[in-house]
Amino acid sequence: MRRWLSQHRAALALSVRRLLAAPFNTLLSLLAIGIALTLPAFGYVVLDNLRELGRSASGVQEISVFMEVGAARKDIAEIESRLQTLPGVRFTFVPRDEALKRLQKSEEMAEIVASLPRNPLPDAFIVEPADASPEALDVLRQELASWPKVAHAQLDSAWVKRFDAFLRLGKLTVLMLAGLFGAGLVAVTFNTIRLQVLAQAAEIEVARMIGATDSFIRRPFHYFGALQGVLGGLVASGLVFAALHLLAGPVGELAALYGGSFVLHAPGVREIAALCAAGGILGWLGAQLSVSLSLRRFD
Amino acid sequence: MIVANSLTKRYPGGFEALSGVSFRIGAGEMVLITGHSGAGKTTLVKLIASIERPTSGSLVVNGQNLSALRRSAIPYVRRHFGMIFQDQKLLFDRSALDNVMLPLQIVGLPHREAVRRAQAALDKVGLLAREKANPIALSGGEQQRLAIARAVVNRPTVLLADEPTANLDSASAQDIRTLFADFHRVGVTIVVATHDQSWIEHCQGNALRLDHGRVV
Repeated sequence: MRRWLSQHRAALALSVRRLLAAPFNTLLSLLAIGIALTLPAFGYVVLDNLRELGRSASGVQEISVFMEVGAARKDIAEIESRLQTLPGVRFTFVPRDEALKRLQKSEEMAEIVASLPRNPLPDAFIVEPADASPEALDVLRQELASWPKVAHAQLDSAWVKRFDAFLRLGKLTVLMLAGLFGAGLVAVTFNTIRLQVLAQAAEIEVARMIGATDSFIRRPFHYFGALQGVLGGLVASGLVFAALHLLAGPVGELAALYGGSFVLHAPGVREIAALCAAGGILGWLGAQLSVSLSLRRFD
Repeated sequence: MIVANSLTKRYPGGFEALSGVSFRIGAGEMVLITGHSGAGKTTLVKLIASIERPTSGSLVVNGQNLSALRRSAIPYVRRHFGMIFQDQKLLFDRSALDNVMLPLQIVGLPHREAVRRAQAALDKVGLLAREKANPIALSGGEQQRLAIARAVVNRPTVLLADEPTANLDSASAQDIRTLFADFHRVGVTIVVATHDQSWIEHCQGNALRLDHGRVV
């Protein structure tokens, strides 16, 4: 075990030395890998922000449950207790008087509301389910509509479906980009390692003749590829943060023009770790392919 | 102990470097393989070191039949040999100490212990003072001694050398011969391919003469 650890430590140290030995080449490779990872990563962040925007947009993932005009207090209490039994559902009760007051605050509606002889609005519940998929929302809406003394359960399902379809399309595009640029990362690592194997040919030949196993020879290249991928992931994270920083101002201004506020969410530690891990795995894969092909000529 | 029986090596293209060679080398013996250029000396050394595989026949070293080895087992067998190549195969991008440490890194010896043993090997061949020097800065004799230090650092049971005194002046060649005699005295089995007449004449061990791939 001690020897195994010692060999891995030596291979890691060697791969770090190789990275530092040619700083300009390393910088260019990291930039190429970073850019390759940035595009899908940025796409993912944009989609995540859009999903958040969709969630926070009023009425998008809410079901309005309107009671019959003649519903009594006990009917309302019955609906409230039924809603409390539903898992993952938040709700607020909007009494008809409160609804009328809100309507009166609206400049366009104030005059019309004032001319009404009595309050025509029903009591209502605003329901926000945790599962906001179009299918789940529709099923819940139908269930709510079937409850006693409920006049109508309203959901803008067409909007939700359109938005969901748009997000799915975006997700597919990001996945395709990730596949494409992931292959690019593998190709960059493949070529870097191929050149390294050529440069280290004398060492590899001697090492094999005096008892080095294939794993001993491959190990520093694997570490090199993985390390380069992880560092490329960090470069990509930096580029994504920089892009979000540049976009934050204009996005805030745009949101203000629509009378709201929106802050772009940056990737968290888990997302950055996942990006670096993806870079590391793809780098390792590129190194594995390259070293397997390159070492054949030593057989 | 090394036992060869009807050992034949044919290269792609049909050239037969060794034809039905049989011999027996006891543990702790020193044997010189002699013969003119192209006699098959280097091929025989490479077969014993498992760098080449025999076309037919058997070659048993320390009870292990090298002809029947799986590919994955070869590196582990090679570690039992100390190999000194005709062209030394030193690495010129690292120091003398790092060259000697390579076999120890291959077996996964912890760094500190590897340094200690590599320094001891360099001391044995008289190069400890040059441990930080790049091999390119060493003379031909020093380079050969460095190659010997790398070959013995792993304490091999068999030391194999291919023309270790070639291209050296007589004083350096004598130093190398003395080193081999020292290793022989402590019980290491030594097989040397050489056409160094001075060595052949003064050899206290056995000689195996090859001619056109056959023992004569």
